Amino acid sequence: MLVRFFFELRTAGIPVSITEFLALLAALEARVAEVSAQDFYYLARACLVKDERHYDRFDRVFARIFHGAEQAFAQLVATVPAEWLQSLALRAFSEEERRRVQALGGWEKLLATLRERLREQQQRHAGGNRWIGTGGTSPFGTGGFNPEGVRIGELGAGARRAVKVWEQREYRNLDDTVELGTRNLKLALRRLRRFAREGALDELDLEGTIDATARNGGWLDLKLVPERHNAVKVLLFLDVGGSMDGHVRICEELFSAARSEFKHLEHFYFHNFIYETLWKDNQRRSATRIPTERMLRTYGRDYRVILVGDAALSPYEIVQPGGSIEHWNEEAGSVWMQRLCAAFPRLVWLNPEPAERWAYAPSTEITRELIAGRMFPLTLEGLDLAIGELRRPLGGAAAALAGTGATSVTQSPPPGVS
Amino acid sequence: MNNLLRFSGTDRYVATDDLMMAVNAAITLARPLLIKGEPGTGKTQLAQEIARALGRPLYEWHIKSTSKAQQGLYEYDAVSRLRDSQLGEERVHDIRNYIVKGRLWEAFESAVQPVLLIDEIDKADIEFPNDLLRELDRMEFYVHETRELVSARHRPIIIITSNNEKELPDAFLRRCFFHYIRFPDEATMRAIVTVHYPHLKRELLAAALAVFFEVRATPGLKKKPSTSELLDWIKLLLAEDLPPEALRGTDPHKVIPVLHGALLKNEQDVHLFEQLVFMHRRAR
Repeated sequence: MLVRFFFELRTAGIPVSITEFLALLAALEARVAEVSAQDFYYLARACLVKDERHYDRFDRVFARIFHGAEQAFAQLVATVPAEWLQSLALRAFSEEERRRVQALGGWEKLLATLRERLREQQQRHAGGNRWIGTGGTSPFGTGGFNPEGVRIGELGAGARRAVKVWEQREYRNLDDTVELGTRNLKLALRRLRRFAREGALDELDLEGTIDATARNGGWLDLKLVPERHNAVKVLLFLDVGGSMDGHVRICEELFSAARSEFKHLEHFYFHNFIYETLWKDNQRRSATRIPTERMLRTYGRDYRVILVGDAALSPYEIVQPGGSIEHWNEEAGSVWMQRLCAAFPRLVWLNPEPAERWAYAPSTEITRELIAGRMFPLTLEGLDLAIGELRRPLGGAAAALAGTGATSVTQSPPPGVS
Repeated sequence: MNNLLRFSGTDRYVATDDLMMAVNAAITLARPLLIKGEPGTGKTQLAQEIARALGRPLYEWHIKSTSKAQQGLYEYDAVSRLRDSQLGEERVHDIRNYIVKGRLWEAFESAVQPVLLIDEIDKADIEFPNDLLRELDRMEFYVHETRELVSARHRPIIIITSNNEKELPDAFLRRCFFHYIRFPDEATMRAIVTVHYPHLKRELLAAALAVFFEVRATPGLKKKPSTSELLDWIKLLLAEDLPPEALRGTDPHKVIPVLHGALLKNEQDVHLFEQLVFMHRRAR
């Protein structure tokens, strides 16, 4: 019975291991739980589920397995030492209560009715107290009588635990299905993070110590270098609206993946291309506008920049002042892009469009030129490449850029001003 | 003996059934208990209350982003030993003088079974939990410098809290029991408030709870107020001796609840809430 439960949980995608299963058995043997389905449920959940996102799935499996569980639970109980059941015997029904149960057609029938009613209920916990009464929900024991047991209708006053806890599915909201889709992306993004963990120890500056000791005439003079902190800093720029609507989903997945990976993560939204303002909250874009220039001043060169967008727009929107479709921009998008490149040597552009199609959009080609070819498709492989690019040490990236002539652009006047 | 060790909440702490079950399972099987939940739902307090209820000493180990697993075991202060050797101190000959015990070691040495709180484990580096696997499993570790094996005299009751900032490794999770503290429903919340402020007027409590859950239901808040904020707020209300009518706020000019600073912790939230309430009132 429990073994089946275990495998069902695994099938449902909850990562349960043998260790945890054995822990549950040990806990049962140690009599942590009384003989009640609810206690057993709580215990099993604490032992087997290690992430609140899996609570809902666990509830569903539990309900399915222990759905017709009177016999099954009795079996389980039968394998349990006899004194475990003594507490039950002590709390056995009074004569009057027994009679009342009999009047309703016996215990078995009572439970069957209960289950039926549970099934009939559309919204399980709403109106629960009308259907099922108070107290615990522990109908399962060898004798079949339990004063805390399931009561129906007129017998019970309304109470919080009217419906079995696992059937209420209170943790539905925590089951993060978006998360599943982002797992691959997360793997790739984790590499970026791992990079920052080098040199986690407090280090003795050996060269410095030798140097200082020598100057000190052989008298030891210790030099320590400060610990390097775990800080991958990332600026994320997301293209929203317009041609990106089709890609919004994949973008948001990347976004939610990135969110949990970095301590320092700032995100900005832009529309089609980078101009003089960005915004932080897409719902209230006019209220939260930030001058791009201030953004450039605020964040240091050690930030890594990830732009997400399809760069599918009219070429004028990039190269012409006033080219933006939303407002009049004094300076062309390309100028702002060059400033961004100069301020943040480590920058990549992730493009959700398949790489084969890039060549057909002139704007994509222009953008790629602007960022010295550092555009990658939004696939696992593309992410690997992009992160490899971001991991490059600062000097290397600058040198690579110097070859393309893209670093000196901040000084150049905006093109096309007549 | 284990039957004596049952945690069922205290006069200052309301524990739900599932939380009690998780705690008791962890105590009985002497395994760590991992607690997650929204900030302010009493994760850290749980360990303190368990220690108090069971009358056990409490060792707290607060984790920071720079914490390393080794610090919880012991640290070898090589630098001061090196300095002492230069100065010709006597104690330099015994390496044990330079072994500084960590919180875990202290807990292992405790004469009675202690409670050990490892607070906010997710703040540390991603490898941190992995470095503690053997220590949590076998409750022992090896001191390389002195070649001695330190094992726990009594397996401590270990409570670990996490704010979900990082995923914890599977191997670590497998060794723990897990409980997610859900945000309390209204009945539990009432019980919690009563525990803290037993003499609170019933009308004031009802009004305060209504306002509180209304604020929590506001969509888009950056930081939803939690239990600890509610308790702070009620403390303020009591200090000001406000009548319950003041909270209902029928006056359209005073759109947001009095002393809201205890509930809403940043100005964007206050602003958002103001706007929503205003729109709501106008629609009526």
